[in-house]
This record gives sequence, C-alpha cells and structure tokens, in this order.
Amino acid sequence: MQIYLPIAEVSVNAFLLLGLGGIVGILSGMFGVGGGFLMTPLLFFIGIPPAVAVATEANQIVASSFSGVLAHFRRKTVDFRMGTVLLIGGLIGAAFGVQLFNTLKQAGQVDLLVKLCYVVFLGIIGTLMFIESLNALRRSNKPGATTQRKKHNWIHALPFKVKFRTSGLYISVIPPLIVGVFVGVLAAIMGVGGGFVMVPAMIYLLGMPTKVVIGTSLFQIIFVTAFTTLMHATTNYTVDMALAVLLLVGGVVGAQIGTRIGLKMKAEQLRILLAILVLSVCAKLAMDLLLEPSELYNLGDGGH
Amino acid sequence: MLRALVLMFLMTLPVQAEEVVTGLSQNRVAITANFDGSEILIFGAVKRDKPAPTGAALEVIVTVAGPSKPVMVRRKAKRWGIWVNADAVEVDAAPSFYAVATTGPFNDILKNTEDLRYKISIPRAIRSVGAPMTVLDSASFSNALIRIRTAKGLYQLRPGTVELDQETLFKTSVALPSNLTEGDYSARIFLIRDGVVVDAHETAIEVSKVGLERWLYTLAHEKPLIYGLLSLFIAIVAGWGASAVFRYIRT
Repeated sequence: MQIYLPIAEVSVNAFLLLGLGGIVGILSGMFGVGGGFLMTPLLFFIGIPPAVAVATEANQIVASSFSGVLAHFRRKTVDFRMGTVLLIGGLIGAAFGVQLFNTLKQAGQVDLLVKLCYVVFLGIIGTLMFIESLNALRRSNKPGATTQRKKHNWIHALPFKVKFRTSGLYISVIPPLIVGVFVGVLAAIMGVGGGFVMVPAMIYLLGMPTKVVIGTSLFQIIFVTAFTTLMHATTNYTVDMALAVLLLVGGVVGAQIGTRIGLKMKAEQLRILLAILVLSVCAKLAMDLLLEPSELYNLGDGGH
Repeated sequence: MLRALVLMFLMTLPVQAEEVVTGLSQNRVAITANFDGSEILIFGAVKRDKPAPTGAALEVIVTVAGPSKPVMVRRKAKRWGIWVNADAVEVDAAPSFYAVATTGPFNDILKNTEDLRYKISIPRAIRSVGAPMTVLDSASFSNALIRIRTAKGLYQLRPGTVELDQETLFKTSVALPSNLTEGDYSARIFLIRDGVVVDAHETAIEVSKVGLERWLYTLAHEKPLIYGLLSLFIAIVAGWGASAVFRYIRT
C-alpha cells in the first residue's frame, strides 16, 4: 500500500515503514538506545529527504523511548536524579548543537561532518564495547572468577558530590552534566537520540549498573528529542507527521518486545550484541566515504 | 457596432493555416494520501481553413512541465582519502518535472533554432546562467541534473509516443510519477512542419495536495508550534498506548 507523505513529498510503501519502525523498535527496547543511528540512515536509503528524515526521526524516538521507559518505570530501573542532571546538560548541548549545525549547513559540508561523526563515534564506541564485553564474557565463563570491584578514579575527586541512590553512586554532578552536554550536541548534529554514546559513557565513565543505565538513558532521550522535534518543526518545517505515525506504530510495538527480550538476556550478551550492531553501521558508513560513489553528483535546494 | 469591432479585430489577426485545439483528461491532479502517480491524457485536433499543405509531414510535440526552481548541483571529489562534496554549480531554474512526447525522433522533426526559441527539449528547459570561475565544465553539472532526474522518472523524453491520425487528430498520455511535487504545471502542444513550429498552445494543470495531506502541510507551515506539539502529543500517546496494551496482554 503506497502512501504519499505530505512534508517529504514522496510516495512510499506503508508496510515498509511499519516494518522498519518495528525492527528498529525492538533494538531500541533491547539496548536502551533510541535507534536513530540506524533509522536515520535507513530513511535516507529509501529516499526520504535527509532534512525530513532527521527531524521526523527525532519525533519517532520520543514515541519509542516513551514506550520503553514506562516498562522501566514499573521495574524502578530509572534513576530520576541522574536523568535530570543528564537532561539539563542535554538541553544545553542540543541548543548549541543546532547552532553549530546551521553554521555548517551554510558552509555546505554538513553531510560530510554528520557522516564523519557517525564513523568516528560508532567506531570508537563499538570497538571499546566489543573488547570490554568479550573480556567480561570470558571472565564470567570461568568458574569461581571474581567480579572486578569498582575502582576509585579521578571522577571521585571532583566537587559537588551528590548521592544517586538508584544507581548506588556518590559522585560529582560534573561528569554526568558534561556527558549530557556532549550527547545533546551529538543528538542535534547527527539527528539521533544519542543513546549509543550515553549508554557506554554511563557504564564505563560513571560506573552505573547496566540495568539502571537503559531506563535512565531513555528518560533523558525523551526530553532531548522532544526539544529537537520542536526546534525542527518551528524553524525548518521538516517534521512529517504521516511518516512519524507509521514509524512509531511499528516502533512502539517493537520497543515493547525489545524491552522484554532485553530483560531475559545477560548484560554482557546485550553489550556484545550492541557492539556488533554499532560496528556494522560504522563499517557501512565508512565504505560510503572511502569507495568511489557510482553517482558523483547530488542535488540540493538552490536559491541561497 | 460591437459586431463590427469584433469583425475588425478578427481580421487583424494573422492568418494561420493550421491551428491546434486541445483537451486534457484532467486539468487538476489531486495528491491524496494514497497518491501513487497519475496519468494525463492530452488530445486534440488540428483546425484548418484550407486543405492541408502537401510536402513535409505534420509533427506534434507535447510537453508537460512542473514549476521551475533553482537547484544546487554538487560534485564529489576525493580529498584526503575520502569522497566529499567539492565543486558546486547552481542551476538557476529547473522544472521539478518535465516530459516531452513527440511523433518522431526529436532532432529529426524540430530545428535547433526552433528548440532554442521555444525551449522544448529537456536541456533547453533548464536555465543555467553562470558557474563559478573555479568550475570549467559547468555543462557536466546540468547534464548530471538531467541524468539524476531522468533516473527518478521526473524527466522523460519519449519520442514516438504521440499518436497522430490523418494529420488531424492526435493524442498522448503522460505518466506523472508518485514523487510529484505540487504547483502549477503547464502542458504545451506544438504543431511542426518542416522543422518549424507553425502553432503552439499552452494550458495549465493544477497539481495540489487535498484532504489530510493539504491540512497537515498547511498546519506545518502556518502554525509550526501547534504542529510540533501535536506531533509530540501523538508520539507520547502512541508510546503510552503500546505500553498499556502490552501490559494488558501479559496480565
């Protein structure tokens, strides 16, 4: 069944969109990532104009994250205090990121920067996560192996310490605030929720327990992507409601299934799967930059 | 008195040997939610006040053009090992859609000077004024524009698709693709003898979104804040709804 999207001005198959939303939704629920880093490139691929894809994806992430976070609310695996700190940073970062995005757009190189951001961040995070979770998996397979205790590092020496009871942490608010700002900037530039950066940062940098990390990152993503959606809707008019509805119907159902799959799996297994996923998206995007494209030319809006 | 004026007016008009009279199957294309392309039938007849001239055969060219807009064409080049957008040329005006249907091979039935005058062929329908000094091969940029849009079905050159019956009745159909943009389209019909345009006629086709499509588009552009909040509201309701439904199923 073909459907004509009013803002994107293209006709696409409605079932294709529902399916894409569903698959990305499952992954989103499993890993606590918004799924934007997968969906945005997929939307480009099926012919949605990039500006519409990025803005609409932000709206869709709100839905799938909201659906996912409710399951975590009930299990009390959301650290509200930590989430709020990350959110404050996220909003500051998103506002700054939108400015940066517009400056780069005028320079005509925004495409390249977005892709480079994807390759660099997905590459680094994917590799680190893969190595770490492989080691963890090997340790847990050995009988009688001792689990590593949390180390005291430079993070514990910073001021403004706050008790994060749900996470069982007593650390300074500065590191989560910086993580939030950083994720906010990336979210605005790359058109993603930023979970794939935030989740590893929370695990490895802040030392939060994995089960709390997913709910908390979803909580932060909802508000940051809602803010991004409004920014895009009011400045660029690129949010396509029809596209968003189709993606989110598939997405919210997928997220529910994904959350349940995620709870049945071991944290190490989850992490290694996420690492493989991140690395494969990274490899695909790197190929696009390194190999000679079959069509050297591309069209954009003129009249500036 | 009025009759005399009309008569005088008619007499001052140049006497045309052959005139085109046309019709369209529809002069309004509605883009609905399930719009999946459309087809326009363009037909007509040649009106004559004396027998058809002998010699060169009559040829007909029909064009359908969408609204023209400037387009930025960028070319990738390898820099520091990766492919990046390097040179860019702005094409001043290119129609969003352009179809040319003819009775025979384009270059055989129309003289180049006539093409220049009436801007009938696809390259002539595109207006490209100046490229930056750094770009030496600006023609390859407009060629790329034609190539990309042809691949998407937005530019069509279809020789031999106009049916001409006894040098009097003609008809053709133009397929509008599903990735159509709205605006004022125009259909032009040219009568050609000996490579020269003997008569031309232009008629408008309105392409517009209707119903829900129209409503969403207008809301997004005129009340963007309300549109944005509505989008978020739908997202949150859908997210909550799915969560509630799944909890209900489980219990």
